[in-house]
Amino acid sequence: MELDYTEKVKEHFFHPKNVGEIKNADGIGKVGNPTCGDVMAIYIKVKDNRISDIKFKTFGCTAAIATSSILTEMAKGKTLDEALKITRDDVANELGGLPAIKLHCSNLAADALREAIKDYRSKKNK
Amino acid sequence: MKKIYMDYAATTPVDKGVLKVMIPYFTKYYGNASSIHSYGKKAFDAVEKSREQIAGLIKSDSDEIIFTAGGTESDNIAIKGVAYKNKNKKGSKGFNIITSTIEHPAVLETCKHLEKQGFSVKYLPVDKYGFIDLAELDKSISKDTFLITIMFANNEIGTIEPMQDIGKIAKSHNILLHTDAVQAVGKVPIDVNKLKIDLLSISSHKIYGPKGVGALFIRKGINLQTIAHGGGQEKGFRSSTHNSPGIVGLGKACELGKIRLEKDVAHMKKLRNLLIKEILKIEQCYLNGHPEKRLANNAHFRFTAVEGESLNLMLDKKGIAAATGSACSSKKLQASHVLLAIGLDPAEAHGSLRFSLGRMSTKEEVDYVANELPGIVKKLRNMSPLWNR
Repeated sequence: MELDYTEKVKEHFFHPKNVGEIKNADGIGKVGNPTCGDVMAIYIKVKDNRISDIKFKTFGCTAAIATSSILTEMAKGKTLDEALKITRDDVANELGGLPAIKLHCSNLAADALREAIKDYRSKKNK
Repeated sequence: MKKIYMDYAATTPVDKGVLKVMIPYFTKYYGNASSIHSYGKKAFDAVEKSREQIAGLIKSDSDEIIFTAGGTESDNIAIKGVAYKNKNKKGSKGFNIITSTIEHPAVLETCKHLEKQGFSVKYLPVDKYGFIDLAELDKSISKDTFLITIMFANNEIGTIEPMQDIGKIAKSHNILLHTDAVQAVGKVPIDVNKLKIDLLSISSHKIYGPKGVGALFIRKGINLQTIAHGGGQEKGFRSSTHNSPGIVGLGKACELGKIRLEKDVAHMKKLRNLLIKEILKIEQCYLNGHPEKRLANNAHFRFTAVEGESLNLMLDKKGIAAATGSACSSKKLQASHVLLAIGLDPAEAHGSLRFSLGRMSTKEEVDYVANELPGIVKKLRNMSPLWNR
């Protein structure tokens, strides 16, 4: 069992922020697949080009849940362009680091957010 | 906070009675068992006593037991030792070694290593319970086959293989039979003669003995190629100064294991069955392995839409120690080969959780786990996009 997690990771794992779905979300981003490991879904509400609300659902390990939780905190209130700049590294750094083995496989939250923004923009342009 | 250990299949605490007999061999009787003086004789006698205690548990003769550093080393000495004696059969048409897909890495990786050296290995598939197919075992044997190595009981899902039938098949073809009995010893009565086993691996720390010591039963008359050379201890099969405190501990653990076997099994089975009954009340929770033909202490579950490492960490926060076959908790990020072999898909394997009980387990502990687990599963499912209820 991987227990080499920072206190910040454990804090977000045991007390995750913004868990859930948003009904009538403006954008939804889903990444991962159950075969390789984690599945994440990010839901956003957009107001005046800013992320006014954000929620997540994640199936996966401790790192997957903690990265999802902290990402929602990082993205909330940001403009869409600012939010798009959040990288996997930013998420990991915000958590005080992740075990090396988890850096890639379980750090998909930033990708899910980008998908959600893409989804919002594509719907808007229809 | 409560601390509940339910990972006895990973390792066990050293029994107090075991520790007590070990201690003098660190500080008082520290002689080298190979020395001829009185210090050596004291250690030598203790080593020989341990051999008898181990032989007593598996009903072999004491001169059929050698000491090793653990289960993994026992497996290596047995499998490589037999293979290198038969190196003339390398590259032949039929399978040289027959094993299963659910072996412990100590056996699987050893077999893979031998394949690289030119030996051919058949990995028998298993059914949904983890049983090998005896007909396929029989069919896979050819004149080129010199070893069958099948684990006595599986370390993850607890399935007990039909060792008596396997022994009969091996004997009818005059092929050596090795078994990794690390999980079975002390939990299943073993008679190596009745079961027609030729080589059997034992680990001390799974049976309330110290870590870093094990044993290998080698039936009289079987000659192995030595794989590590040195001073020639243990008939040359395993050179190294005897770890006399560890060996004394293993011997005592076996003696206690023999005396307590029935009592231990009854105790663990009762608690284990209660645990299974309670946990299966959780919706979309399933038992892996066979309902009856499993180790008395093993309860292995899978939960839809939750992941095992997360489950484990949440249990750990409640003071409960368990294990998982989830890819997320493995160093290679691969789902357990055992769970995939019994036909689970990777997502199902992700949601697996093993509780293994022991001699010291109590009903209060089972009640506590049964009480805490449903809330943890629910919490994770509420977070899971795969949970649609």
